[in-house]
Amino acid sequence: MAKPDPHNEDTFREIQVKSTLHAAKLPEKTILKDVENHGFGPETTFAIKLALEEAMTNAVRHGNANDPDKSIRVRFAVSNECAVIIVRDDGPGFDPDTVPDPTAPDRLSQPSGRGIMLMGAYMDEVKYRDNGREVYMLKKNGD
Amino acid sequence: MTSADTHINVKDSNGVRVIEFCDRKILDELSISELGGELNSAVDSQSGANTLLDFKNVEHLSSAALGMLITLDKRIKDKKGVLKLSNINPQIYEVFKITRLNKLFEIHESADKALASF
Repeated sequence: MAKPDPHNEDTFREIQVKSTLHAAKLPEKTILKDVENHGFGPETTFAIKLALEEAMTNAVRHGNANDPDKSIRVRFAVSNECAVIIVRDDGPGFDPDTVPDPTAPDRLSQPSGRGIMLMGAYMDEVKYRDNGREVYMLKKNGD
Repeated sequence: MTSADTHINVKDSNGVRVIEFCDRKILDELSISELGGELNSAVDSQSGANTLLDFKNVEHLSSAALGMLITLDKRIKDKKGVLKLSNINPQIYEVFKITRLNKLFEIHESADKALASF
């Protein structure tokens, strides 16, 4: 089996979990171990952990609409240079451009709606693919 | 109020309710739900509404945790109290800055400074 390469999605490792908040935590340990093994520092690891948590929560709550019969597919590859994580849900997709800015004065006190913004702030690249069913996140090994 | 199966410690300091998190991570939605319930109980069960939430043990949080804090802030305001935060480490403070919640919450460097400001 080819060594996982962040620039070749055919080589990515894959973890599929049930779409529950409990199961959504499971890929984190494996991915962060891989990140650690490739020499990522604490700030970069913090960023990846935060973005992954937000992507998984969005997949369970919004993408899969809290349906435990649906699943989440996580594919990832880590090198010494960068980590790429792709989270895919079974939902109908969404348009990220329609998500309101949570820092707008009239939305600042809303309790939800910050996940997408945090993913964008903490990762070096975030792309929504297949009508938003899949989020691609890249983090460079930078600290 | 402290026991092995709670996520917070609650004590009183001159009429201000001081709440410390026991967990280093206020992260996933499962624990947020439990934690939110405990925080609401703490706010509802004791007299006086002014509350200090101390983050000295916290190393990580998520947007779900931010939502919980906003809900708690509203609950305390409804009781005519004030919620202040303290001891937030630089990485976590950055999350507040990015989301501009440092403008919504009054955040102090230390619990002592926060308590002196009530």
